[in-house]
Amino acid sequence: MIRDITIGQYYPAKSILHRLDPRVKLVSTLLYLISLFLFRSVAGYLAATLFLIAVIRASKVPFGYIVKGLKPIVMLLLITVVFNLFLKKDGEVLFSVWKLTVTTVGLRNAVYMTIRLIYLIVGSSLMTFTTTPNELTDGIEALLHPLNKIHVPVHEVAMMMSIALRFIPILLEETDKIMKAQQARGADFESGNVMQRAKAMIPILVPLFVSAFRRAYDLAMAMEARCYRGGDGRTKMKPLRYKGRDWAAYVIMVGYVVSAAVIGRYAPFKIWIF
Amino acid sequence: MSIRLEHLNYIYSPNTAYEKHALKDICLEIPDGEFVGIIGHTGSGKSTLIQHFNGLMKATDGKLFYNGENIYEQGYHMKKLRNEVGLVFQYPEHQLFETDVMADVCFGPKNQGLSKEECRERALEALKLVGLKEKYYKSSPFELSGGQKRRAAIAGVLAMRPKVLVLDEPTAGLDPKGRDDILEQVAYLHRQTDMTVILVSHSMEDIARYADRIIVMNHGEVLYNDEPKKVFAHYRELERAGLAAPQVTYIMHDLKECGLSVNIEATTVAEAADEIINALENRKNKTVEKGK
Repeated sequence: MIRDITIGQYYPAKSILHRLDPRVKLVSTLLYLISLFLFRSVAGYLAATLFLIAVIRASKVPFGYIVKGLKPIVMLLLITVVFNLFLKKDGEVLFSVWKLTVTTVGLRNAVYMTIRLIYLIVGSSLMTFTTTPNELTDGIEALLHPLNKIHVPVHEVAMMMSIALRFIPILLEETDKIMKAQQARGADFESGNVMQRAKAMIPILVPLFVSAFRRAYDLAMAMEARCYRGGDGRTKMKPLRYKGRDWAAYVIMVGYVVSAAVIGRYAPFKIWIF
Repeated sequence: MSIRLEHLNYIYSPNTAYEKHALKDICLEIPDGEFVGIIGHTGSGKSTLIQHFNGLMKATDGKLFYNGENIYEQGYHMKKLRNEVGLVFQYPEHQLFETDVMADVCFGPKNQGLSKEECRERALEALKLVGLKEKYYKSSPFELSGGQKRRAAIAGVLAMRPKVLVLDEPTAGLDPKGRDDILEQVAYLHRQTDMTVILVSHSMEDIARYADRIIVMNHGEVLYNDEPKKVFAHYRELERAGLAAPQVTYIMHDLKECGLSVNIEATTVAEAADEIINALENRKNKTVEKGK
């Protein structure tokens, strides 16, 4: 049940994507996200889709697992579709029912926005699926390192992020355990109206908060006991170093962004209103 | 009137990289009024198994009968099952949430739909059973010490008056005195109310002292399901499963090897002491006879 939330989780597998330097994956994800907003044409989306499929295949993460990660954003997608569909007033009117009118522009925007959002989520979850939280924060720390010059505490921020990420599965598991314990005492989370259901959450939330604070306190103690004192002079057991495949990945990524932008803007390829 | 498991299987996260076959073809029967101990090393499937007893986890495959009814049948009254099979989780004190101990213990009975007076009555009874002093009833559960919290949490389950009480390592993290107190109280309850008790533990000594029967879990399978004495006779196999027989068993075996004729089936310290005294006296008598 609650363990089914897959977004932001690592998926262990042996693939070229898993072996890439986290910096490459971070930069590439960012480039991919930007690329989705560079065009608004079928040809562009076709390019983005093909690229995404190729990356998914290379990652060896099962497709069904990725789709499961989309579940939490279904509501968001629906709202986007509804707003875009009915609130755009320009363009040709396709049909209208009661006070609601759907125009070509509205329909196009709705479809494009949905695709963009789905690709945004899939693209960024591919990064988290193939990168362990530790690698991820190492990558972020390395990428943001120049900000140290203007006194941004990069290491501390990265450490906080890695702790936060590490706590997600722990707290999910804890929630699951507490829910079960309260269910064993006859608690009922499924029936009743909104108010009753919100009230039924108290027996979960209070122990969860208590346990989160306890864990945070224990962790702080454990870190201090091992003389943790922040980033200055701290070395790494496995420092990040670019290899041949990382440079190759950069080249492929830049190639994709340029070609997607060019195809998306100038390819005279059109289906109906899209 | 019992819990019966037939070819029960449970698989965590099937069809993913995290797939784990946690329970493999479990067949068990736990009759009413028995004190059953479940042991097994970490990750052997003990906790997964006991969460099936009150329907919190649904088996991937197989059947579970409570009082002859299959609980996986459509329309089975799960809430009633949970009223009758009380489950005390590991570190139950982590589930406390109310403003005072009394209110927290009342949570279970309240969910059973009892009136305020009845809830209070049952809570008082349960708190008395676990031996929590009256001055703590009105204090916040978060102010109590570890052992007291644990008692309050166990009372929270007892207040529902379950017919079957399942305890998952109720003594983990307690000092020896706290451990003995809680186990003694569980054993007392068992004697007084002929409640079925299922105790999950790591400690062979604890299980040997209280259980009528021991179920040994190993890698999701039932390795042994027998009386304590018979299970501990397999102490070499137990070691291979990452467990150990009670220390007494080892001492008795060693003594026997050294030529003292003791009964190696003794499993508790008290039994062993009697055995050794008897054996020594027998030997003394023999030497005296020889001297004559």
